[in-house]
Amino acid sequence: MIEIKDLTVRFGGVTPLAEMTLTFESGTCGLIGPNGAGKTTFFNVLSGFVKPHAGSVRAFGEDLLSMPHFRRARWGLRRTFQTEQAIEELSIYENVAMVHEHSKRGRAARREEVLAAIEFVGLDGDPATRVGTLGARDRRLVEVARAVVGEPRLVLLDEPAAGLPDEETEHLSSVIRAIPGHTGALVILVDHDMSLVSACCGVTAVLDFGIVIASGPTAEVLRDANVMRAYLGTEELV
Amino acid sequence: MADSNVATRSRSSLRAAARLSRRDAINLLVVAGGVLFVLLALPSLLTPYWVVTSTSAVTFMIVALGLGLLVGRVGMISLGQGAVLALGAWVGARLLFATALPYPIVLVMTGLITMVLGTMIGLPALRVSGLYLALVTLMLAGAITVVLVDTNFPNGGSGFLGYADQSTGTPPSIRRPSIAESDPAFFRYVVIVALLMFLLALWHIRGKPGRAWAAIRQSEPAALAAGVNVTVYKMWAFALASFVTGIAGALLGSASHVLYAYTFPTSQSIVLFAVVLMGGVYTLFGAVIAGVLLQVIPGAFTVWGIPSEWATILFGVGVLQVLTTAPAGIAHQLPSDLARLGRFLFGVARRRIPAGGRAP
Repeated sequence: MIEIKDLTVRFGGVTPLAEMTLTFESGTCGLIGPNGAGKTTFFNVLSGFVKPHAGSVRAFGEDLLSMPHFRRARWGLRRTFQTEQAIEELSIYENVAMVHEHSKRGRAARREEVLAAIEFVGLDGDPATRVGTLGARDRRLVEVARAVVGEPRLVLLDEPAAGLPDEETEHLSSVIRAIPGHTGALVILVDHDMSLVSACCGVTAVLDFGIVIASGPTAEVLRDANVMRAYLGTEELV
Repeated sequence: MADSNVATRSRSSLRAAARLSRRDAINLLVVAGGVLFVLLALPSLLTPYWVVTSTSAVTFMIVALGLGLLVGRVGMISLGQGAVLALGAWVGARLLFATALPYPIVLVMTGLITMVLGTMIGLPALRVSGLYLALVTLMLAGAITVVLVDTNFPNGGSGFLGYADQSTGTPPSIRRPSIAESDPAFFRYVVIVALLMFLLALWHIRGKPGRAWAAIRQSEPAALAAGVNVTVYKMWAFALASFVTGIAGALLGSASHVLYAYTFPTSQSIVLFAVVLMGGVYTLFGAVIAGVLLQVIPGAFTVWGIPSEWATILFGVGVLQVLTTAPAGIAHQLPSDLARLGRFLFGVARRRIPAGGRAP
């Protein structure tokens, strides 16, 4: 469970997040909104790259914002980025093991857990393959494997399906749906692909210009008139 | 069932990878053969002049190794490594004059002291990167050179600086290990030290620090998100690079017996960077090539009666060639060119002597 209260971020005169208040209970939760709505800024606050002006984030009862950023991985925070970040010169195994060795103490079960994560995302090639030689889909899956290894508690996925063709998105979608059951983590999914969000997320929140304009069961949220307006840019009715 | 098959397959292939891959085994054989040749045969094949030049070449391989770690592994451009080398030479000479400790212990002590000093030079890397880091480290190197010109290198004098103004007579020489007093013996000694430094670097690269450095080089935010303490690992790289460079400095002092400040100009750091790029920063073999280029080419120029400084022109052209045609350096270019040449010759031979006795 993650509770965000009055989270405000300011860059000079711009306010990418304005008193964002939101609670996600468990499972896979969606966070959608038009470009520039503040979704990635929100992730950057959780990662510790952006210091909020005001507000608090409590995740599983702990104050996330008071932790140094590199410590958050050890706490159980994982994320993927809009741009691919799997390390090209390392192998699949090393990519995942790297996250494990910096986020979890004890190396006894490392090999098993790393291989389990690679297997979980459905990468069935040789784990010693260099990531730079993989295709786009497999590189994405390596990133997801990095996000699920070593007892994550909060997994942030930033447009994981960007640039993937539909049939590959389908596999990714089934992997994302399985993360909460497999790891017990709360997953927050940001994506523009509404079919992916509807398929994965029980609940969804919508951001527009840094303000939460709707949240609730995904199907209802997607039908909400304000959400349609935010996305389609319809004239103000009131 | 299918899942467990996949798991077994991936596990067994990983175990195979954890053992020696065929490529690794070939590399190991080639390296072992090369090192044995250099240790056993090379000194007796070379003239005294070339033994001395080769000793510097191997020493500079260690320096190139340190800089290659920073540039190739972590992506930090330091133009201060020439100054770190000078610091290592100063510390090494001072310790060798001041103590009668066994040579390997002096080497390690020099490495550790230079590590502390060199890591301080690396501190700006926590705030700036790229061109600005290069500039800041270059200015620091300039500052160190200026101080060294004033204090001079230790020559057996008293006091902290250990320098005595001796206008007459030969200054006392910086000692060598008792088992390697002669030039060929010292050459072998330096080769073994270099080998140990390369193994130290390899151990880091293949382990947790190497993976963390690869993550930092690809993207700092992603490395942070993966739990890498970027500050610690950047400083770790500077510490390791300074450690090996400090040891190279100590060897340099013993090699020439006497050190002068003018042999460590600030510009050396820039030439060093260019040649390390030429050799190739992404493999350890690149550092070997860089060491050879740095010392053997000027050495050859001297023999041919060309001023050795002209090598800088060659390095300038060389670095342009490498950057435009083979960003991974000669270490990458050479094997692939040789392979292409091999295929070409093989193809010519096949056409000359067609299989089955009939020309195609």
